[in-house]
Amino acid sequence: MQHKVIDAKDVVIRFAGDSGDGMQLTGSLFADMSAIYGNQLSTFPDYPAEIRAPQGTVSGVSGFQVHIGSENVNTPGDHCDLLVAMNPAALMANAKWCKRTAMILVDSNAFDEAGMKKAGFKTDDPFRELGVEDRVLIVAPITELTELSLKDSGMDIKAIRKCKNMFTLGMACFIYDRPLDYIFTYLEKKFAKKHPEVIEPNKKVLKDGFNYAANMQMIANTYHIEPSHPKKGTYRNITGNQATAWGLLAASEKSGLPLFCGSYPITPATGILEELAIHKSLGAKTLQAEDEIAGICTAIGASYAGNLAVTTTSGPGLSLKSEALGLAVMAELPLVVVDVQRAGPSTGIPTKTEQTDLNQALYGRNGECPIPVVAAHSPSNCFDTAFNAAKIALEHMTPVMMLSEGFLGNGSEPWLIPSMKDYPVIQPPFATSLPEDGKFKPFERDPQTLVPKWAIPGQKGFEHRVGGLEKNHDGVLSSDPANHALMVAEREAKVQKIADFIPELQLDGPAKGKLLVVGWGGTYGHILSAVNEVRAEGLEVSRVHFDYIYPVPRNTGGILSGFDKVLVCELNSGQFANYLLGLFPDTKIVKFNKVQGQPFLVSELVDAIKEAL
Amino acid sequence: MATLSFKDFKSDQEVRWCPGCGDHAVLAALQRALPKVSSALNYEKERYVVVSGIGCSSRLPYYMDTYGFHSIHGRATAISTGIKVANPWLTVWQACGDGDALAIGGNHFIHAIRRNIDINIILFNNQIYGLTKGQYSPTSKFGAITKTSPYGTVEHPFNPGSLVLGAKGTFFARSLDVELKLNEEIMTAAALHDGASVMEMLTNCVIFNDGAHRNISDPATRADRTIILRHGEKMIFGKDRDKGLVLDGLGLKVVTIGQDGYTEDDILVHDAHCENAGIHMMLADMKYPDFPVALGVIRDVKDVTYDDGVRDQVKDVMLKSKIHSVDDLLHSGSTWEVE
Repeated sequence: MQHKVIDAKDVVIRFAGDSGDGMQLTGSLFADMSAIYGNQLSTFPDYPAEIRAPQGTVSGVSGFQVHIGSENVNTPGDHCDLLVAMNPAALMANAKWCKRTAMILVDSNAFDEAGMKKAGFKTDDPFRELGVEDRVLIVAPITELTELSLKDSGMDIKAIRKCKNMFTLGMACFIYDRPLDYIFTYLEKKFAKKHPEVIEPNKKVLKDGFNYAANMQMIANTYHIEPSHPKKGTYRNITGNQATAWGLLAASEKSGLPLFCGSYPITPATGILEELAIHKSLGAKTLQAEDEIAGICTAIGASYAGNLAVTTTSGPGLSLKSEALGLAVMAELPLVVVDVQRAGPSTGIPTKTEQTDLNQALYGRNGECPIPVVAAHSPSNCFDTAFNAAKIALEHMTPVMMLSEGFLGNGSEPWLIPSMKDYPVIQPPFATSLPEDGKFKPFERDPQTLVPKWAIPGQKGFEHRVGGLEKNHDGVLSSDPANHALMVAEREAKVQKIADFIPELQLDGPAKGKLLVVGWGGTYGHILSAVNEVRAEGLEVSRVHFDYIYPVPRNTGGILSGFDKVLVCELNSGQFANYLLGLFPDTKIVKFNKVQGQPFLVSELVDAIKEAL
Repeated sequence: MATLSFKDFKSDQEVRWCPGCGDHAVLAALQRALPKVSSALNYEKERYVVVSGIGCSSRLPYYMDTYGFHSIHGRATAISTGIKVANPWLTVWQACGDGDALAIGGNHFIHAIRRNIDINIILFNNQIYGLTKGQYSPTSKFGAITKTSPYGTVEHPFNPGSLVLGAKGTFFARSLDVELKLNEEIMTAAALHDGASVMEMLTNCVIFNDGAHRNISDPATRADRTIILRHGEKMIFGKDRDKGLVLDGLGLKVVTIGQDGYTEDDILVHDAHCENAGIHMMLADMKYPDFPVALGVIRDVKDVTYDDGVRDQVKDVMLKSKIHSVDDLLHSGSTWEVE
């Protein structure tokens, strides 16, 4: 059979297997290789909360989706063109994600009676049972072929079987016309020091997989995805958590203040703490605290002592930090709090993504307790968002909440590496001179910005006391009613003033019309793709995306008022929509919400936009 | 550097503790100790930070003319830890109560001790919640009758000393609020100690738990019911300096010098620097009436501190790493060029 090479604009591949099958690695390798090849891409790891859930069961299935294309790849893709299922459970869990035209590649050796039973199949035809028998099925004895490929390698059978993901990757590389060199280099680098003996076997099994796919005569079509022509420069792949950590390090460099991160491990935010722990060479200090409260409290202490202080967490951890956040507001100390949101409430679904912490970020504290809130919109955008959060915190003397999402934290994308010379210097309002009476007044404000001065312990003559009790401008305790009202108003006004220092909303589309589509955070790519799709059908819609949530950009009201309807799309039950409605009650807001622990599908957004029109 | 005095550490704020509260005396001892510490270690005043949580004793930072942070309930130890790690040059003092440090803040307390971070913790132990007006605390005696235990508590108290030593504490001292001289001495020793120093001050709450420590603090009987331990000195006590401690099997025993064949030579010599905490644990656990209650520096041993560890690791990695700027970082690892 002569196979045909088809030029595809974009394809989506979903690798799925047991959580020990190495699917995350396989998917990342495929993604990295595609990035270097010049494709645009977006990835989405979808893995279970258990590290090693019962083998062969649906709850133990780990997936990694990669979307590669020549242009306009804004999301990891809704449905896939190729599903790789390493066992029956992986097929069971993922068959629903296959396009009508999809290929399904399975390891037939795993589809024995026991495996089928564990996965919950009732018949002996898994494809028919799942209604995917009409897809292009590639049934290959991958385990057997891997064993055969490596029988002379000297490796034991357990180690050999671990290589079957490489065999599969080789097959995928054939199908999508990917050169193997990148993976060869990766293997050489990764194992050069510790396990040089596994480099050649892995290369061999990868090549054998590639050749097998070429020779088996079962694959009618292969696909070629033209490299796109991105901007010139140096690129790298980056995950959201990594970008967050690096953005904070960048803010540390630009402010000249050492970075301190006090955190407690929590999925899906732990990656930030782990990443910062590596970069001590940039002066970063990380403290793995005894609990979430100690995470933020050590950070508050570090901030008081003059560091750029950070605490990172996810929803349940943020709940624990609430009281201390109030302290940082009251003491008017700079602090960055990163919340990588996950499905809640309570423990919820730790590994699944949501945008359900917005209310908590905005309001989850006692008293009148304003905290600026910013949100990242893509994995690489976490860099700028973290940098900006730190800049606001340090220049406006306030804790700042940065909302990320599991989807962003673990997702990755290629990133045109910026140059630090293009980033602004961060200038905290350090106290440099004492007033005439010689007494430093910790809550006396700059008349323009309403920001108090920052005197750091160790500065001679600036001794003063801060704390959770209400004080007057001089820093003296006060329960005077008028003083309390004044201080409450000033702390609020200080945060509102930040609106003068952040960029305006960028309107995509006409300024007046029937429908404005609104999003915030990690739904950016999905909404952008959906709006483009709707426009391609000749419909007119405009779009804005909020990176700054509290305060909102100054032109928000003006933009909203230009539209008959405003469709707010978010992964919660309408928290941002309600917030906007509170600020701009005359807006005709329509909500589109999803709370399934999963990102939007572009297709469902397209339907929602059309319905709103 | 100008010599500092008591007055330099006194703020202009009115002290608002109840008249007769034991906290007044502890504050006075601290204000007297810090000038001595300053001249011993050549510390400037701006180097001191006083941190507290919530409770009566946590008002202390307002009364000290130093940098001060009156934080939230139970969290002083975590705030202190952050300050010290962020800037090890600062010298951190912490005031906290028995409820603050051992109930709501118990977790931070034991972990600060485990890490051996160089902070000085004054634990005001009045065995009651004073600021909330009289509920039992984790150090209230078994059976204590308070507003929340009208029929007596049915829970065992913590002995802060055993807790500190159990967490491998490197410095523990105990004293009574009224022992002004001893307290100055203890605070100075704590300042000289590298690592977490815990000073338990048995304080009297005149309003809600008056006389909680009277059986040992009463001047008439104090000398017979307490023993002041000093490193290198014999464990002798009593109004007539005729009683002492000896080892008896695996435990301690009180003996009278000159009776039952015991001479001064038999009396134990206090070794606060002894690595093995066994004897320190026994001393910290001594209770009246079977034993005198141990006051003074019970344990003071050297060990690596957390703040030094963090600082040294950063320095070490800085020397070895090839990444010295964020630009270096951004270009590290796997990258590719688009021409």
